[in-house]
Amino acid sequence: MHAVKRPLPGFGLSLGLTMSFVSLIVLIPMFTLVLMTCSLGWDGFWRTVSDARVLAGYRISFACAFTAALINCFFGVMLAWVFTRYRFPGRRILDGLIELPFALPTAVAGIALTALYTDKGWLGALFAPFGIKIAYTPYGIVITLVFITLPFIVRSVQPVLEQLDKTYEEAGYILGASKITIFRRIIMPELMPALLTGFGLAFARALGEYGSVIFIAGNMPFKTEIAPLLIVSKLEQFQYGQATAVALVMLAVSFIIMFAINLIQTKAAGFTR
Amino acid sequence: MRKERSVIPLILILASAAFIFLMLALPLLLILVESFRAGLDFFAAAISDPYALKALQLTGIATVSSVGLNTLFGLAAAWAITRFSFPGKGLLTTFIDIPFAVSPVIAGLIFILTFGRISWLHPFLSAYDLKVVFAVPGIIIATVFVTFPFVAREIIPVLEARGTEEEQAASLMGAGFLTIFRRITFPHIKWALLYGVILCTARAMGEFGAVSVVSGRLRGKTNTLPLYIENLYDEHQFTAAFAVSSILVAAAIIILIARNIVEYTAKKDEDTNVR
Repeated sequence: MHAVKRPLPGFGLSLGLTMSFVSLIVLIPMFTLVLMTCSLGWDGFWRTVSDARVLAGYRISFACAFTAALINCFFGVMLAWVFTRYRFPGRRILDGLIELPFALPTAVAGIALTALYTDKGWLGALFAPFGIKIAYTPYGIVITLVFITLPFIVRSVQPVLEQLDKTYEEAGYILGASKITIFRRIIMPELMPALLTGFGLAFARALGEYGSVIFIAGNMPFKTEIAPLLIVSKLEQFQYGQATAVALVMLAVSFIIMFAINLIQTKAAGFTR
Repeated sequence: MRKERSVIPLILILASAAFIFLMLALPLLLILVESFRAGLDFFAAAISDPYALKALQLTGIATVSSVGLNTLFGLAAAWAITRFSFPGKGLLTTFIDIPFAVSPVIAGLIFILTFGRISWLHPFLSAYDLKVVFAVPGIIIATVFVTFPFVAREIIPVLEARGTEEEQAASLMGAGFLTIFRRITFPHIKWALLYGVILCTARAMGEFGAVSVVSGRLRGKTNTLPLYIENLYDEHQFTAAFAVSSILVAAAIIILIARNIVEYTAKKDEDTNVR
């Protein structure tokens, strides 16, 4: 039992400020979105989201975001492993560069990657003789999304690797397990919650990414037109209802992903305690 | 268990270095090479173009205001959430996280619906002659939205872990809110706060999707630097686009260095404090 518990000052002020901000920035806008949704009606909503061009946009967005997040699971774990387990010259610089995609404005990243991967670009020219086009195809979208979402997975996995108790690996080694077995059976299960979280964050970000992708995508309907771009073009034609309908599906998916991440994290926290 | 078969570390290190070089360093290098392609004079002319300067100014205004507002909000929210218990606290933290789940383009759409011509708020806004959408306030609000959780998210765990004993004691001895905050709370959260501010600045300065939807892209009026870069690129003025980009690249590199310094100093600080 504590002796005296005197309430700290500043409750009214801090909660008042917080609620004003949350209302203006989140609650009123979200409420408006709900109002708009209600005025859409089921038919209008369904007609918009079942349109072939919109469906193609969803397919491209989901497929590219998923592929990019999956690629980053591989490279992200590799980078986090190298940064935590090995000491080599230049490690701190490489490690410090990982956040570059967070710091670099997406439009800048978009035009730089596009210039790199066109037929005449530094990297695109290497593939062009084999008839492989990267810019203005889904490959370009995936590469851009890999760039944008790399930090999410590295930075989710890295702290877990740093805190991993090495005695289990040593026990496995003494018992005769190969390095691959140790990685697969001892390290991977420990990394799984963090990796899934990182994957979820990366996937959600990639799904909504707009600024970097529109430059490299070429934005051809049914081929490289992503769903966020559809929202923007509908807005430019003042089709507010249709834009909202397209956005609602994306929002629903994002909320499901965030909910799943929360679930994974509470579950992981429960195991360690 | 080391020594034998040391090729695997070497391969992994080389693969990582190659990946980082190709994915992260090469784009940076390309921007630098491309921005000076037409010589130093062209570069100077491109970045001192009146529209470029105007866009730079607007990006500065939007970044500073949204970072300031989010710092105020982050501090208030962290104090309220970690220092008091009240009904609906869980819901409040969920609301703060919502912007993370919303695509920037959708954020822009939501603000058009809320503050634009078709909004239920429109009669009220026009009665007071408040212009939000296609104007600077809209750009600031959209930027605040996309960076909303950054500062709060960094401070809350630190305050949570710290407990309230020291502040209780100070309060019992008669210290006021400002004294408690300045003398006890702030020293503990300063690194987390700075870290949040850095993340917030990086995102605010480069925000594209949300701002592009609400700004209306009036050149010289509501064009931020990233939007101006897109304009130049669409007009096939590639070298100028890269030259203007290099300003943002410089800012990004400063942010990266600052982030690493803060992280390093905070870790050292923590080590000495923990005894």
